[in-house]
Amino acid sequence: MLINEIRVLVKKEIQMEWRQKYAIHGLLLYLASTIFVCYLSFKAKQQAINPITWNTLFWLIILFIAVNAIGKSFTQESKQRNIFYYSIVSPEAVIYSKIFYNALVMIGISFVGILFYSWVMGNPVGNLPLYLLSLLLGSIGFSATLTMVAGIAAQGENSATLMSVLSFPIIIPLLLLLLKLSKSAMDGISMQENWDEMANLAALDVIVIVLSGILFPYIWRH
Amino acid sequence: METLKKNYWKIACMLLLIYTIWAGFMGKVPRQAILNETVRNLYFHVTMWFTMIFLLGTSVYHSIQYLRKSDIKSDLISNAYVETGLVFATLGLVTGSLWAKFTWGDWWTNDPKLNSVAIGLLIYLAYGLVRSSMPDEQQKARISNVYNIFAFVIFMILIWILPRMTDSLHPGNGGNPGFSKYDLDSNMRLVFYPAIIAWTLLGYWITNLRIRIKKLAYLISENE
Repeated sequence: MLINEIRVLVKKEIQMEWRQKYAIHGLLLYLASTIFVCYLSFKAKQQAINPITWNTLFWLIILFIAVNAIGKSFTQESKQRNIFYYSIVSPEAVIYSKIFYNALVMIGISFVGILFYSWVMGNPVGNLPLYLLSLLLGSIGFSATLTMVAGIAAQGENSATLMSVLSFPIIIPLLLLLLKLSKSAMDGISMQENWDEMANLAALDVIVIVLSGILFPYIWRH
Repeated sequence: METLKKNYWKIACMLLLIYTIWAGFMGKVPRQAILNETVRNLYFHVTMWFTMIFLLGTSVYHSIQYLRKSDIKSDLISNAYVETGLVFATLGLVTGSLWAKFTWGDWWTNDPKLNSVAIGLLIYLAYGLVRSSMPDEQQKARISNVYNIFAFVIFMILIWILPRMTDSLHPGNGGNPGFSKYDLDSNMRLVFYPAIIAWTLLGYWITNLRIRIKKLAYLISENE
């Protein structure tokens, strides 16, 4: 039952995105221009930038895009339509479908991002599969945490400010874990030696998703 | 007799605090290079964090109660616990900073434990922002209690799990000995454990006063 509702809602999100493509185009353009601005302002010859800076800069770009992309999850649809959803589907289905859909978007954006980023800024990553895995776990974590925060921020009056103020401190534990894992990936350390970090990240993702599922019904009831 | 029954813990709190301050400054502590007398900070710094976690944890309990029963009183209580918790967090940060100046040589070092706590404070300051941005009473209570639970879980991950994964200068982390290594004859324990109880009771006491003020203010605003 719940799975069914989630499937329908995710399909609805994808169709909405597909019919008015400007949102996803906007995100891609935002990604490209941010990366290009970074490239220009560092005047980076390829491989000239410090690997730690390379890594941190990339995650910051992804973080800002995530806040922008996910921040509008609850504000883009009208109040009447939200009441309509409220009356026909369970709140858990709403939050899980939004998390799932946002995770899909973030995975897509971050993979396109890493391609474009390595194109202009060079790619000093030693263990690429592990780096991509950290991107995958990061996208899921960003999506889960920020969707919940977006739900909270959408209730306030000045939701854009609220979104950024609430999301940045709360995303830091995840970001620190991600920076640690992706740094090991850059140094070319094998997957076997990073099981702990991956398990920690996956556990954090699961905790946030479950917590969102428990708490969201209280926000949704308004 | 009735008042004594109700308030004996306040007397206990005061006696324990006097004992903590007297024994904390006058009692015997082990001599260590660099640490010297600063080891006494154990009674005034570490205890602040214990109290803060107790207060924030109790606040989460009342937040859950609010979400279950929608009783506005639980919201007031939970809010009061967060506020006192923040005061104790600030005190913990200040005493820690003082200690760092005399042992590490700097007011603030780039240490995971310190940074985590600073981020934690930001998370809880954002809680205040959530509260002030909602005009409607019920909505404000519901959203801020949801955020409080969410923030507490993230905060616990931040201060318990992350600093243990990276190197840290902080005692008890990153292979550095905590106080139990030095305290061979358990003299410090005799002060440390009562100190935890004393400061926690003080936090509880202050919060109770805050709750009473908040309830009265709520009644007045209801009757207007």
